[in-house]
Amino acid sequence: MAIEVRDVNKSFGATPVLHDVSLDVAAGSLTALLGPSGGGKSTLLRVIAGLERPDTGTVRISGVDATRLSPQRRNVGFVFQHYAAFKHLTVFRNVAFGLEIRKRPKDEIRKRVMELLELVHLEKLADRYPSQLSGGQRQRMALARALAVEPQVLLLDEPFGALDAQVRKELRAWLRRLHDEVHVTTVFVTHDQEEAIEVADTIVVLAGGEVVQAGSPGEVYDNPANPFVMRFLGPVTELGGNLVRPHDIEIRQDPVEGGSPAVVSRVVRLGFEVRVEVEIAGQDAWVQVTREQADRLGLGPGDTVHLRPAPGARSLALAL
Amino acid sequence: MTRSRVAGGTAAGLGIAVLYLSLIVLIPLAAVVWRSADEGPGYFWRSVTTPDAWAALTLTIGASALVALVNLVIGTVIAWVLVRDRFPGRAVLDTIIDLPFALPTIVAGLVLLALYGPQSPLGVNLAYSRAGVVLALMFVTLPFVVRTVQPVLLELDTEMEQAAASLGAKPFQTFRRIILPNLIPAMLSGTALAFTRAIAEFGSTVLISGNLPFKTQVAAVNLFSQIESDNITGAAAISTVLLVVALVALIALDVLQRWGSRRG
Repeated sequence: MAIEVRDVNKSFGATPVLHDVSLDVAAGSLTALLGPSGGGKSTLLRVIAGLERPDTGTVRISGVDATRLSPQRRNVGFVFQHYAAFKHLTVFRNVAFGLEIRKRPKDEIRKRVMELLELVHLEKLADRYPSQLSGGQRQRMALARALAVEPQVLLLDEPFGALDAQVRKELRAWLRRLHDEVHVTTVFVTHDQEEAIEVADTIVVLAGGEVVQAGSPGEVYDNPANPFVMRFLGPVTELGGNLVRPHDIEIRQDPVEGGSPAVVSRVVRLGFEVRVEVEIAGQDAWVQVTREQADRLGLGPGDTVHLRPAPGARSLALAL
Repeated sequence: MTRSRVAGGTAAGLGIAVLYLSLIVLIPLAAVVWRSADEGPGYFWRSVTTPDAWAALTLTIGASALVALVNLVIGTVIAWVLVRDRFPGRAVLDTIIDLPFALPTIVAGLVLLALYGPQSPLGVNLAYSRAGVVLALMFVTLPFVVRTVQPVLLELDTEMEQAAASLGAKPFQTFRRIILPNLIPAMLSGTALAFTRAIAEFGSTVLISGNLPFKTQVAAVNLFSQIESDNITGAAAISTVLLVVALVALIALDVLQRWGSRRG
């Protein structure tokens, strides 16, 4: 294991933030810490980096107990949401910082920094200052800076949170490719389930300061541990006391065994997919169907339909 | 239409600014410089190099440079403590920093004389000594560096320091390589302001220094005595020298700030 967190507790004043958190991160993996704001995921990442001290519990990095080690001695790369660029230094000097601290020879620094700048596609901007870069470029610089010291683990705290939607999408795909090239054990924090599913090979869901579930994106999406995880990982519709994904619902015009009657309130066409908004027993819900199905059913507001989980649908009983 | 109105507003604003600056600052200063040349360059030179005027000028500039340097260090330390440390009475201390700005400088002189004069309750007598002059100048210039560094330090992204730490920098290395370079423009700016304020100081030094010519008389007091003995041209000459020194300091500051902002 590259990172082993055991029974970590952390409070800020009287506010508990992490409660008995244990976590294993496999070497070479790309793990997402996913959860709502205030769930403790950034604090956990900072505990791993040594930027926060846990009240109790231990952190081991590459088998070495790092709980009492200062951040300087952990050899982790940390990337901040707001870049934390050294604004008085050029892009080159930013990336070179960790190597200069380690007093590496000048030639070696130059070579390594230029390699990294090529890796993050900033080789032409080496002499710029951070204020002359876009947000996405700054974050790529911060990533190169963190990678320069060849960290044992790379930690990213909401790395794309401050970027606009388009850049965020590009960087996600790029981070995934980068990880396939560099293979450094990587943990990133996000509150965006789509980002976690798209980028990570392991997702750890953190809520209320506790690990709720950990597993591959498929496992967490298809077999959520509880209704909270199911709701957090994607859209859900409540059907006869069960939570069902909107794309896992069968929609019929005639009564059907195990079906619940519902009234169509609106039909929204979103290209290929069509969202049928319905009211079941006074509650709003929606069903996702293809355009072809929608055309076949010819649904309109006010129509009565019958809904039931599709065969093989993953559903979760609400009354646990 | 809109554009011309905006341009008209800008022109009016610029006109007011230039007129105001001219009336209040530029014309009086030009008059002093003009006046100092009344009797020709030879007289100007003789006026500023009379033994007492020269002694007063060198004392003033030397003491001001010393005070500026002390401020550079101590002012930065005080700003640091005010921004980064949490202790009871911090808000009170923060307010007290501005007192030297608020107090009439003659009151400052009086207080200093009571505390560090012949009847000093602390047993420290700095009256009629150059140390007394330096003390008075330190008192009145204290806020400059504190108040220029403080906002920069407040704005400084502490995540930069955490990033430096995770890259292996020890606290001193982080201070020298990350924090200090970001503070230096503000530190220099405050130092230059403290220096220019100190070379012009009159009120706070007049009581504690005793105004002994060749020993503790500062330039502003020397200038005043020249006026009293009706040597207006000589007084204007000394003023011009002070003006030039202040101008050089401010230009140096501007150059340094441009250098800093280019990298910011």
